[in-house]
Amino acid sequence: MNELLSLLEHNARRPLPELSAVLKRSEYEVGKEIKAMEDERIILGYNTLIDWNKAGVDKVTAFIEVNLTPQRDVGFDAIADRISRFDEVRSVYLMSGNFDLLVIVEESSLQAIADFIAQRLATIDGVTSTRSHFMLKPYKKDGLMTGPKERDHRLVVSP
Amino acid sequence: MSLDWKKRIAPQVEAVPPSGIRKFFDIAAEMEDVISLGVGEPDFVTPWTIRESCIYGLEQGRTSYTGNRGLPELLEEIARHKKEQHGLDYDPKTDVLVTVGVSEALDIALRALLSPGDEVLIPEPCYVSYKACTTLAGGVAVPVPARIENEFRITAEDLEAHVTPRTRVLLIGYPNNPTGAVMRREHLAELADFVEAHDLLVISDEIYGDLTYGGEPHVSFASLPGMQERTLLLDGFSKAYAMTGWRIGYALGAPEIIAAMTKIHQYTMLCAPITAQLAAVEALKRGEKYRDKMVAEYDMRRGFIYQGLTKLGLSCFEPKGAFYIFPDVSSTGLSSEDFAEKLLMSEHVALVPGTAFGDCGKGYVRCSYATSLDKIDEALARIGNFLAQHTDFHA
Ligand SMILES: Cc1ncc(COP(=O)(O)O)c(C=O)c1O
Repeated sequence: MNELLSLLEHNARRPLPELSAVLKRSEYEVGKEIKAMEDERIILGYNTLIDWNKAGVDKVTAFIEVNLTPQRDVGFDAIADRISRFDEVRSVYLMSGNFDLLVIVEESSLQAIADFIAQRLATIDGVTSTRSHFMLKPYKKDGLMTGPKERDHRLVVSP
Repeated sequence: MSLDWKKRIAPQVEAVPPSGIRKFFDIAAEMEDVISLGVGEPDFVTPWTIRESCIYGLEQGRTSYTGNRGLPELLEEIARHKKEQHGLDYDPKTDVLVTVGVSEALDIALRALLSPGDEVLIPEPCYVSYKACTTLAGGVAVPVPARIENEFRITAEDLEAHVTPRTRVLLIGYPNNPTGAVMRREHLAELADFVEAHDLLVISDEIYGDLTYGGEPHVSFASLPGMQERTLLLDGFSKAYAMTGWRIGYALGAPEIIAAMTKIHQYTMLCAPITAQLAAVEALKRGEKYRDKMVAEYDMRRGFIYQGLTKLGLSCFEPKGAFYIFPDVSSTGLSSEDFAEKLLMSEHVALVPGTAFGDCGKGYVRCSYATSLDKIDEALARIGNFLAQHTDFHA
């Protein structure tokens, strides 16, 4: 596995000198590889994981199951691309099973999401049905537990 | 009339000096914002799958004693694990004993083997218990200094100078706490000839055996030709699976020594806690990938702290195992203790003076890198400050 990627995956803010020391390669070399992976879109970007509830900001997240009529030659790709381009849409996945696309939408209110589904998503040509699930409480987000930081319970000095 | 308790304490207990680590613990525990490189245990919590299996066991009412030697399932897993790791054959029915940590295994092994006055060769620097357990068992600890020229590996030549007709046991611990030294096959082969020539038994504490770096897997002393029968192999879950507080380890060896140790164990401990034994089964069955992830993390930190200390002008060799690095601080003109104490007082960085691990640790300190990269980074910066303030330091 690419060691540099696994280092960045869980902490995108690792400083270059640290990466360089850990990987035993020069800062210049490591910097160049990061740039190359950004250019190749292996690294898509750097987000911050935020517990918005804790920050006192209202956010509503919906997981929407979408059924589609596949189109000649492009299958689901063209519609999926079209849905993905809306700013409200956080993630889009093609799924096996009872529906075709899983669309994750984040908005400031239930009403805003309802409007988005009714006026934009459901009306797209080829979308045959939608079914929405609203997220009530996050326990773990992208590999990270929500909730308080776990304390280091160890003694300060031990043999 | 008040009791003179001093006179009531048995002389072999009085003979054991208090641990050199304790003093620093007391000072550091009072401090806020202390960064500790003084911790001899993983900074990870036990992987969830292991914790969860213990909880499940409790829900199922697994709260009783187990057999003295341990749960049959665990004994079998341990034997399987050693076969896989080193190709060693141990019969789970006669050759394995589950103990309350390697700590208990060390204690009862020495008690089972030593008659009063028997000598134990103990390469130093080493884990703090070796000498104390020897003394408490009525034996005589004979420290054998390892040399920095050999990256703190012990050689037959070093040992040869300390053998007497009373020598019974060689007690080794590699990968080593506190130096991070490892012994490769050729180094162990030399010791094998030595113990054979003097007909000694070997206690090999391989608790850090899973924590080796640089692509060279740990070689068990018991896997050398002819050595399995004279070796008592000790290992445990504390380090590899981040399970220090569970208190569980094990001993592997000839049926006779295992039976003798079991005799002590059954009357003093009865059995290791069943909760920990259930967790240990899970660790061996499914813990490997979590273990490997932690080891990969230690490896990164190892490179980082080694480079950092070297850049600061403290000489040290690159450790190949465990999670310790053992820099030479004599260039500061300070003793190990003064260095550790002054660093703690002025920069709030805790580490352990090398002398806690034997006289030949003089001039060195032990830094544990079982702590996050961020904290190591900050600790290095503080050590840099400290060194800059010490005028007689010539990097
Ligand atoms: C070399 C060595 N042996 C044994 C032990 C004790 O381990 P356990 O937790 O299994 O008693 C330690 C713990 O620090 C150690 O460093």
